[in-house]
Amino acid sequence: MEKILDVQQLTVSFDTYAGEVQAVRGVSFHLNKGETLAIVGESGSGKSVTIQSVMGLLPTPPARLKQGKILFKGVDIAQYSEKQMEKLRGKEISMIFQDPMTSLNPTMKIGRQIMEGIQKHEKLSSKEARARAIEMLSMVGIPNPESNMERYPHQFSGGMRQRVMIAIALACNSQVLLADEPTTALDVTMQAQILQLMNELKQTLGTAIVLITHDMGVVAHMADRIAVMYGGCIVESGTAEEIFYDPKHPYTWGLLQSMPSLTGKSSKRLSVIPGSPPDMLMPPKGCAFAARCGYCMHICQEEAPPSFNIVDQHQAACWLLDPSAPKVERPHLQHIVMDGGVR
Amino acid sequence: MLKYILKRLIISLITIWLLATVSFFLLRSLPGNPFQTEVLLSAEVQQRMISYYGLDRPLYEQYFTYLGNLVQGDLGYSLKYVNRSVNSIIAESFPVSAELGLRALAFALPIGLALGVVAARRRGKAADYMSVLVAVIGISVPSFIMGTLLQYGFSVKLGWFPVAQWKGWEYTVLPSIAMGLGLLATLTRLMRASMLEVTTQDYIKTARAKGLNERQIVWSHQLRNAMLPIVTVLGPLVANVLMGTFVVEQIFAIPGLGMHFVQSVQSLDYTMALGLTVFFGAFLVAANFIVDLVYGVIDPRIRVAD
Ligand SMILES: Nc1ncnc2c1ncn2[C@@H]1O[C@H](COP(=O)(O)OP(=O)(O)OP(=O)(O)O)[C@@H](O)[C@H]1O
Ligand SMILES: [Mg+2]
Repeated sequence: MEKILDVQQLTVSFDTYAGEVQAVRGVSFHLNKGETLAIVGESGSGKSVTIQSVMGLLPTPPARLKQGKILFKGVDIAQYSEKQMEKLRGKEISMIFQDPMTSLNPTMKIGRQIMEGIQKHEKLSSKEARARAIEMLSMVGIPNPESNMERYPHQFSGGMRQRVMIAIALACNSQVLLADEPTTALDVTMQAQILQLMNELKQTLGTAIVLITHDMGVVAHMADRIAVMYGGCIVESGTAEEIFYDPKHPYTWGLLQSMPSLTGKSSKRLSVIPGSPPDMLMPPKGCAFAARCGYCMHICQEEAPPSFNIVDQHQAACWLLDPSAPKVERPHLQHIVMDGGVR
Repeated sequence: MLKYILKRLIISLITIWLLATVSFFLLRSLPGNPFQTEVLLSAEVQQRMISYYGLDRPLYEQYFTYLGNLVQGDLGYSLKYVNRSVNSIIAESFPVSAELGLRALAFALPIGLALGVVAARRRGKAADYMSVLVAVIGISVPSFIMGTLLQYGFSVKLGWFPVAQWKGWEYTVLPSIAMGLGLLATLTRLMRASMLEVTTQDYIKTARAKGLNERQIVWSHQLRNAMLPIVTVLGPLVANVLMGTFVVEQIFAIPGLGMHFVQSVQSLDYTMALGLTVFFGAFLVAANFIVDLVYGVIDPRIRVAD
C-alpha cells in the first residue's frame, strides 16, 4: 500500500491568555491511496485541529505547530510556505466541513464558487471551467446542474449544499479529501445519502478520505481503517475489523458501547462514558483517559503509556497491554453490522 | 417587484403623513407666537399678522388647509422671511447643503471603508492602531472644534484655503473635511468590525481550502459580505449628511439648510420648521427605500420576490 499522507508526531498548541492549550500532542497516522481513514473521538479531542493542521488552515497565531512532520507524497508540507500551500489546497488536498449551511458564501452563486477553485488551479478558459463545474454538479447528484449553477446557497437544502461542497472539493481531482464531520449537521436520510455519495466518489475517482466523526455508526459504514483520538493523542488505531472486533483500549470499548444498535433491536441501554475529557490547558501527566477509565492502575496516572503494537498496524496506547499488567476481561460489545458496514 | 415598490410607496406616504401631523401639533403646542419675538411689533400689529397668516382660525382647520397644500407639494410661506415660500428657501439652500454633503461623503466613504479594511487585515499591527486612532479622533472630536482647527491651521496659518464662505471649489475643501471626518470615523469602525466578523465565517475557511490567496479572498468573499451591515446604516447616515449641519455651516458661513433648521424652531416659524421636517422626513424615507433596494442587490437572500 502506498502512503499518500503520513503524519508524524504532530504537536499543535494554541497560545491563549489563559495559557497554552495543548490541543494535539504527538499524533501520528497515515493514509493509504484510495482508502478511508476514520478519526473518531469525543468533542474536544483534537480531531479538527489535527486535520486543519494538515491543510495549514489554522490561524497562526494563536495556533502553533510545535513539532511534527506532515508528509504528503513523501514531502514534508509542514515546512511549506503559505504560497506553496495555496497551490496544494483544493488541488491535491481538499476539505469539506461540518456545517453546509455556513460553509458556502451566501452572496455568491454556487456556480462561481465551484469555478473559482478550478480557475485557480487549472489553466482553463471560463467556458471550460464552467463546463467542468456543471459536470461536477451532476456528478454529486444535483439535478439540473446548468440552471442550478446560477442559484445561491440559500436556495438549496442542507444536503444539497453539502453536495455542492463536495463538488467544490473534488473539482480539481484532489487525491485526498479531508471531511470534518460532513454529516453531523444533516438529518438521517441526508446523512446516508451523503455518505453513499462519498463512497461512490471514492470508488470512481480513487480519492483517499480522512473522515472525522464521533458517530461509530458512520465509521462502521465508511472506514477501512480507524484512528481513535482522546485528549489530543491517538489512543488506538487499526483496521476497521480490528477496532470493531478486537479493540484493546478501554476508551475504544466505551465508544463502542455507546454506539446505538443498528438493527434497533437492542435490549441494552446505551451506555455513556462517565466523566468529561481532560482540560487541555493542563493535560494530565499520565494517560489522558486515566481519570475516566474503569481499569485505571497506579502507573496510568504517573506515566503516559507508550504505543503497543498488537498485530501489524493495530496499535494501542494503554498500560493494560504491558506484559506485566494484569489480564482484564473486555466488556461485552454489541456489534451489529450494517450492510456494507465493517468489511 | 412592482407590487413591492407600490407597497413601500404607500407605507412611505403614511409615514410622512404621520410625521407631518405629529410635528404640526407639537409645534403648535409650543408657548408663544411667531411674532412675539419681534420687539418692535405692537400687540395690534401682531394680531393683524396672526390673522393675515390664518393662525387665528381653528387649529383643525389650519391643519387640513396645511395638508391640502402639502398634497400639492406646497409647504406654505415662511412667517419670518417676508414673501418667501418654504419651497423656494429649500430650493435655494438644499443644493448647497447637498453639495457639501456629497463632497463630505466622497471624502469619507472610500477612505473610511478602506481604513476599516486595512485595520481588520492588519489587526493588532501598526496600521490597525493608526486606523483606530483616526476613528477615535473622528468620533470624539466634535465638528465645531475640528472645523475651527482646520480653519485656523489651513486658512489662517498656512493660507491654503479661504477661511469661510461658499464661492467656489477651494471654499468647499475644509468644510467637507470637517463634516466628513466624523462619518469617516464611523465607517472605519463599522467596516473594521464587520470585516473581522466575516473573517471568522466558515465560508472564508472554504475559500482558503480552495487554495485562494488572501487578496482573492478579501475581494471576492469578504468585502461584499462585510458591506451588508454597512449598507443598512448608510441610508440615514447619508440623509443626515446631505441635509447639512448647523455647526459646520455656521463656522464656515455656508448658506445651507442647517441654519434654517435651528432658526425656524427658535423663532417659531411654524411653516418653515414644519416644511423642513417634512422635507427631511421624505428624504430619509427615500434614502431607506434606496438602501433596501441596494441591499437586495448585494444580498441574494433577501432579494425581493415578485
Ligand atoms: N482557536 C483556538 N484557540 C484555543 N483553543 C482551541 C482553538 N481551537 C481549538 N482549540 C482547542 O483545541 C482542542 C481540540 O479542539 P478540536 O476542535 O480539534 O476538537 P474536535 O475533536 O474537533 O471536537 P468536535 O467534535 O467538537 O469538533 C479543544 O480543547 C479546543 O478547546
Ligand atoms: Mg471538530
